[in-house]
Amino acid sequence: MTSARLDPVVEFQSVSKSFDGKRAVDDVSFSIQPGEFFSLLGPSGCGKTTTLRLLAGFEPADPGTGEIRINGRRVNEERPWERGVGMVFQNYALFPHLSVERNVAFGLEQRRVPRAEIPDRVHRALDLVRLDPREFGRRAPSQLSGGQRQRVALARALVLEPRLLLLDEPLGALDLKLRKEMQLELKSLNRALGITFVYVTHDQEEALTMSDRIAVMDRGRIAQLGTPADVYENPRTAFVASFIGESNFFSGRSEALGDRRWRITSAHGVFEVVAEPGVRVAAGAEVGIAVRPEWMDVYPLDQTPPEENAVPGTVQEIIYLGETLHVLVALDAGGTAKVAVRNEGQLIKPIPWTRGARAAVAWLPEDCQVLEPSE
Amino acid sequence: MNLRRRILRWFGRHPGATGYALLSPAIGWLVLFFLVPILVMLAYSAMRRGTYGGVEPTLTFEHYRRFFDPLYLAVLQRTLVWSAVTTVVCLLIGYPVAFVIARATRWRPLLLFLVVLPFWTSFLVRMFAMIFLLRDTGFINGVLLRLGLIDEPLTLLYTRGAVLLGLVYGFLPLMILPIYASLEKLDDSLLEAAEVLGARPVARFARVIWPLSLPGVVAGSLLVFIPALGSFVTSDLLGGAKQVMIGNLIQNQFTVSRNWPFGSAAAFVVMAIVLVAVLLYLRRRDARELLGCSARWLAGSSSSRPWCPCSSTRRW
Repeated sequence: MTSARLDPVVEFQSVSKSFDGKRAVDDVSFSIQPGEFFSLLGPSGCGKTTTLRLLAGFEPADPGTGEIRINGRRVNEERPWERGVGMVFQNYALFPHLSVERNVAFGLEQRRVPRAEIPDRVHRALDLVRLDPREFGRRAPSQLSGGQRQRVALARALVLEPRLLLLDEPLGALDLKLRKEMQLELKSLNRALGITFVYVTHDQEEALTMSDRIAVMDRGRIAQLGTPADVYENPRTAFVASFIGESNFFSGRSEALGDRRWRITSAHGVFEVVAEPGVRVAAGAEVGIAVRPEWMDVYPLDQTPPEENAVPGTVQEIIYLGETLHVLVALDAGGTAKVAVRNEGQLIKPIPWTRGARAAVAWLPEDCQVLEPSE
Repeated sequence: MNLRRRILRWFGRHPGATGYALLSPAIGWLVLFFLVPILVMLAYSAMRRGTYGGVEPTLTFEHYRRFFDPLYLAVLQRTLVWSAVTTVVCLLIGYPVAFVIARATRWRPLLLFLVVLPFWTSFLVRMFAMIFLLRDTGFINGVLLRLGLIDEPLTLLYTRGAVLLGLVYGFLPLMILPIYASLEKLDDSLLEAAEVLGARPVARFARVIWPLSLPGVVAGSLLVFIPALGSFVTSDLLGGAKQVMIGNLIQNQFTVSRNWPFGSAAAFVVMAIVLVAVLLYLRRRDARELLGCSARWLAGSSSSRPWCPCSSTRRW
């Protein structure tokens, strides 16, 4: 294991899956590195769960489409129990007729682990997820809280020491506080055990918090794949820009200025923008740009810095959020822009805006994202 | 108006009473039409037989003693064995059917409809229909003769087999429906969890599906076993005079022999056997959750409010 780039644990090579002729997963390719925390993120129906189920082996991929590999081995034809993966389900899927101990022991018994070893391994697995085996071992799943059930489900998967753990929205049923706690715990388990995690979620904040890389999915395809910073700061398409975080969108006709600089003529005015390297922009075509609220600022109409793109409007609402303030500006050419302003103390240094005041929202040409058309 | 308000206010102050109020019609019904007649029967069973039917009010236990005659015990034993065989055969046939219906998606309504369909005709009619199927000039013999597979009709009717066939046919839906209900509730993700943990199909059935369908199996078995034990129409029509079941015996005492006390005593012995058998059956841990807290109470489990049939401690 001296090479910097290890052999991937999971490889999808143009894999598709259709249900009744409708493509749920459409020609998807990606690979996951050992030990990585890899998230599949998207709205419901985007194909993220189907992708995970293809990997687990619950659904067969469309014949003749592509290849799914685990540890370099083609698994398309393998049944779930042959793939050596662990899985945690959204609804926990604990066996209601078995005690906590017997639930965790289930996989060991099925794998013909010697009887004498089982109690010890069950205890260690429960310790790992911080459930006291003496207190909880004999309980029925129905006697546990949601968080405890999720820990049992986790122990049941981890006790088999899989190299790959699949998690299907495992925290979806927990309340916010518990969810945050479990997020950190899952992340530290991922680091401590060196197990590769594939994590399905529709919660963008959860994906940003936990993941090494995120595959944002939309209508059966991967819309963008990258680190949390990549997908948040350089969203490729309008879908990614709106699904992860918030964005203000403008669009207009493009005109090349050279060196990745473009002039955009929109209904709101003429902007100068800088495209990220690799973003394909067709000259003369209609292109969209996304500007994050925190990339913008609000100025009095006559004081906008000349190097910034400015759009005039009227302050419509100021929302106090503690850490930040959101200023909603109704733009003269229609639509509303949201600007996030750092709160430097409204009692000491209040912002000079009031509702109804005339103002402009403005941003630097570098501080926006030129979008590719999403097909 | 005023009365209505006062009643509502009274229930507001006595929240526990609402449950009893809602149950009172059923309780009244059961007391009047179940408890009273059965007590009357209990009293009759310990009285002397009247010369022209009816009873004479003299205490005696001769009828109970008489029941333990080898002749009657043989009938009882036969009835128990047949009922047990009927239950097992119904389970063997019914479980796979229930499984298929629970797994089917598109055809499920149709399959359920077909299972329930026989209930639309009376039990008696269905048993008569079996006669047309089984008799010497019936459908089966007709087909076999026509095909030249046999030279003379087989004796199908008025045999033990005919009675068993009739019992299984009559009670099969009662086995299928509760098993279907428990299999239908089974969460697919449990099977997927078992699969990914290494369980092959046979292990998935033995370790997950079967144990979780046990409540349905227990309910179905009781629903078949108990009426089979008391049935008399089937053995009467399909078994002829030779294949007497305990139900025929009891019925005869009331109608033909006009020996009401002995009929009552026999009925009570059968009832006692059923009750003991059911209690033993329900003592099993898995079975206990099945019939709600009344069964739980009968089975001796501790409940916080064992006297209350609508105790809120139950999970579903």
